[in-house]
Amino acid sequence: MPAVLETISLVKQYNGITAADDVSLKIEKGARHALIGPNGAGKTTLINLLTGVSRPTSGSILLDGEDISKLSTHKRAKRGVVRTFQINQLFNDLTPLETIGLAVSERRGQGLDWWRIVGSRRDLMSEVVEILERFHLTDVIDRRTAVLPYGKQRLLEIAVAIACRPRVLLLDEPAAGVPEDERHEILAVVGALPNDVSVLLIEHDMDLVFSFADRISVLVNGALLTEGTPEEVAGDARVKAVYLGEELADV
Amino acid sequence: MIPSPAAVHTATEWLATRARWHPLEMAFWLAAFAAIYLLPDRHLILTEIAWLGLFALSLDLILGYAGIISLGHAAFFGVGAYTAALLAKHEIINEPAVALLVSGFAAMALGFVTSFLVLRGSDLTRLMVTLGVALVLRELANRYGWLTGGADGLQGVSIKPVLGMFRFDMFGHTGYAYCLAVLFILFVIARRVVNSPFGLSLLSVKSNPLRASAIGISVDARLIAIYTVAAGYAGIAGALLAQTTAFASLEVFSFDRSADLLLILIIGGAGYLYGGLIGAIIFKFMQDYLSALTPQYWPFWIGLVLVVIVLVGRDRMMSWAAPIRLIAERLNWRALARQIIASTKKV
Repeated sequence: MPAVLETISLVKQYNGITAADDVSLKIEKGARHALIGPNGAGKTTLINLLTGVSRPTSGSILLDGEDISKLSTHKRAKRGVVRTFQINQLFNDLTPLETIGLAVSERRGQGLDWWRIVGSRRDLMSEVVEILERFHLTDVIDRRTAVLPYGKQRLLEIAVAIACRPRVLLLDEPAAGVPEDERHEILAVVGALPNDVSVLLIEHDMDLVFSFADRISVLVNGALLTEGTPEEVAGDARVKAVYLGEELADV
Repeated sequence: MIPSPAAVHTATEWLATRARWHPLEMAFWLAAFAAIYLLPDRHLILTEIAWLGLFALSLDLILGYAGIISLGHAAFFGVGAYTAALLAKHEIINEPAVALLVSGFAAMALGFVTSFLVLRGSDLTRLMVTLGVALVLRELANRYGWLTGGADGLQGVSIKPVLGMFRFDMFGHTGYAYCLAVLFILFVIARRVVNSPFGLSLLSVKSNPLRASAIGISVDARLIAIYTVAAGYAGIAGALLAQTTAFASLEVFSFDRSADLLLILIIGGAGYLYGGLIGAIIFKFMQDYLSALTPQYWPFWIGLVLVVIVLVGRDRMMSWAAPIRLIAERLNWRALARQIIASTKKV
């Protein structure tokens, strides 16, 4: 399988600390790839490098074989490297309708349209409403994001990313902080992501990781410890030692 | 999956309603235009309110919609004022309306160049940078007295009739109609812009630049664009001052002007376009009324109002008005009738 997103010997050093240590990671087309690792392993650093929030000290990032490591965040997003955030990064004063409308019109290159009223394109609106329906946001489309229940905000967090039609979607702990009774909604949505979107899931919740991923990479101290199928990773003694411990005993 | 047509219709309708003209807005503009005929003896102060409102609208575009705070917006106002005055004095462009556009473009050019200075940094940095730009321009105007007239101001400017027909008069009759027409046109454009996808993207940049860039928006490019447009608006406001008074002086660049502007926008409220206009009306009439009472001390009252607004908050002041609104609703006979009917039913 060809890789959609690939990193080659990615290194990131901050003030003498190596946060990413020679990371070579391949995300295959259509993959359901999970990245796990203990706190401070460098998962967020890696996401920031992939999306252009920070620049690597050395190494490169390829999207479909093309080097994107010099591109800015918004240019990578335009090319289809899209992320969600572990801590909600939403537009608090906008409504879900406006938020998704904005993301869709930006993706379609209509973001500089300054004379047309928002929502006056029928095909665009149909796509916007379809996304809102898919993410169970239809009942709150006209409410300010800031006042939405946390679970809805989490759904919107993923919906915004999907509205960008990602080729590679980086999901940063999508279920973080969601109360137990609202979790199933997030899990269902994550499970139903379109097949043509390659997903890299960063997650602490092992149930979610093992139900979702067909491939798992383990990151420890900024370096890749191992990579394999869920069975291989679950059976790996080193992984058990450094990270999973007893959590995996019953898997 | 195809969404239900009804849901699409509801969503479209909701967005359309947001952009539709509210009856109160229509009443506002109707009153402004009616004042051309109904308040002829107030045209001088109304003229000032019109260009000041436009100037405040310009600040609202960057502060209320893009979150850029400025203490030097007079830089663009001043460039517009001097451009218009110089064009008229040297008879380069005799048609005021055309000179107005050219002045706007001159201010836009300055806005574009200086926009790169406000892209990075905190509010404090932006305050200092914008303040600095205005100070530099003022000193440049002072230094190059052969062009600007220096500290004496630019004398001997005479403005030709608008469209070759309407001569500026000392009572401000032409001035008010002219300023109001310009204000209205630019307001309609601004209103269109803030309700467009581009306007929405500005709000998103203001609200969360990190996420905005994560969905493919070039934050810098959007800020440069709106800063440049706002500078053009400020320049046109300055040109209106120069044309209606046939004069430009160093005072157009002054710090006081930029500071008053921020005050006006805060009094009126940022982020809904009318704040600048309402602020300008309140500010000018307060200035007019209070300076008649206490010529020396009127800024005291303006200061007091500002402190109250900032400390108490507009929302809470609106809620103080709630009982008045309630009484007003009670006075509405239809509501009254409904209540009577309801109470008789209860009985």
